Amino acid sequence: MSGAPLLSTRGLSKHFDGLQAVRDVDLDLAPGEARALIGPNGAGKTTLVGMICGRITPSAGRVMFDGADITPLPAHERIGLGMAYTFQITSVFHALPVRENLALAARRRLKGAAVQDAVERALARVGLPRDIGGQAAGNLSYGHQRLLELAMGLVQAPRLLILDEPTQGLSDSEIDGFKALIGELKGATTILLIEHNMSVVMDVADRITVLDGGTVLADGTPAEIHENAAVQAAYLGTG
Amino acid sequence: MSPETRRILALHGGLLLLLLGLQFVLPAYHHGNLARIMVLASYAIGYNILFGYTGLLSLGHALFFAAGMYGMALTIQYAGFSPAPALLAGLLAGLVVSAGLAMLALRTTGVAFMIVTLMFAQAGYLSILYFGEYTRGDEGFVIQTARRMLWGIDLSDPTNRYLAALLLFSVCLALSLWLVRAPFGRVLVAIRENEERVQMLGYDTHAHKLGAMIVSGTISALAGAVYGLLFGYAGASFASVQYSIFPLLWVLLGGAGTVLGPFLGTLFMFYLIDLSSGLTTAYMLIAGVALVVLTLFAPQGLAGELRRRLWGWLP
Repeated sequence: MSGAPLLSTRGLSKHFDGLQAVRDVDLDLAPGEARALIGPNGAGKTTLVGMICGRITPSAGRVMFDGADITPLPAHERIGLGMAYTFQITSVFHALPVRENLALAARRRLKGAAVQDAVERALARVGLPRDIGGQAAGNLSYGHQRLLELAMGLVQAPRLLILDEPTQGLSDSEIDGFKALIGELKGATTILLIEHNMSVVMDVADRITVLDGGTVLADGTPAEIHENAAVQAAYLGTG
Repeated sequence: MSPETRRILALHGGLLLLLLGLQFVLPAYHHGNLARIMVLASYAIGYNILFGYTGLLSLGHALFFAAGMYGMALTIQYAGFSPAPALLAGLLAGLVVSAGLAMLALRTTGVAFMIVTLMFAQAGYLSILYFGEYTRGDEGFVIQTARRMLWGIDLSDPTNRYLAALLLFSVCLALSLWLVRAPFGRVLVAIRENEERVQMLGYDTHAHKLGAMIVSGTISALAGAVYGLLFGYAGASFASVQYSIFPLLWVLLGGAGTVLGPFLGTLFMFYLIDLSSGLTTAYMLIAGVALVVLTLFAPQGLAGELRRRLWGWLP
């Protein structure tokens, strides 16, 4: 992990009417690394990535992407720079066909026949059956909607892919597929992953950042985090 | 060309051919009605771009319709314009007014958007009354037949009027069909479905909504300008709140977010009122009951039900 970081935050904070959700977070993601963000519920993980991708305006601090300060940019411009965000609560276009969901995500960077190619590739990549492409996304099972959400991230060919609890609601075999997929993406794509499933975290992450009460509790390789007593107490716990 | 595209072109082209054929067979009364319906349906098509496809409910489209109508009529009356430049003036008036209102109203969403558009339209209506010296207020003014000659064609002649209305309707229908199948229109539909998600796919949703409102307002204004020119009259009643509600009803009845819906809804409502007023003076009661029944049993409108039950490919 050398070279300039692709994504950095400095002193990033957010308070909602006196509730300090995130406090003074400094984060550096090297190009190509897979970083997991873990922590108990309410630790501020979703708020933190929300500030990174522009859904939430920070109370203080800065976000740098590829060497440029992007703090004042609206979300759509950050996405335009090469970020992609997949939602924790599945947020697909329910009334639209699966293929149109993906085409919308692809059309921002592609035109014409290339869109259809990218759509088919993304479907295959997450392991969605081709014959569901014409169905309304709202008719898919929850697990398939999660995979569609993931495919909508992939089809944008992002430089930084932010995944908010992507394996929630997936079956064991789908989780194995997900791990393999992240393994393939790593290196070419930088990944920031919020995840509760520790087997996923330990398998796919290069580094782990532990958030607790809105601050960074620990930061290290999976092995280091596993050994860290403070983390054990705060999160991995005994029960 | 995909089979779906061919089907869509056949259906919409077929409707236009049917309307052309009706020119030669309809009795005078229905012939006149249909010309009027086609112009009003063009107005509804404009409204549908914003309401049906983008999901923004405006209660102020009469402002755009009237902007087009007065932009055309005032320049004929006071600047001595001939119909072609006067129509262009109406179109530009609609463009300017809709761009201005879009920039203000799109700062709000939901109910606030409805109220802001309603208030600006009322302000427009009151302005027309205030400047009654020029606009002739509620009474309105007639555009003389002699001034309605477009390139030597007399637009007060029923046949010419019908064909001009059909031309306007064809242009609006084709434009709307093209727009909603183009990437821009697809983004509008996605905004209607889930705006935040569209933003997080990297689209500037505000710019898209702005564009939708300007296209919608300008089509509405063009319809207003043509209406005034073909029927030879401009009056403040076309700027009243009633004319903001009409396109909403037509689009809801015909099917919001369908290309054919605005025409079907306008046709249906026009004849519903026409036929029921022949039966009783309480014709609005009959019309009202029919509307309630249709809303209960076909909540997606006529074309919306067609799409749901038969033709899933209907754009």
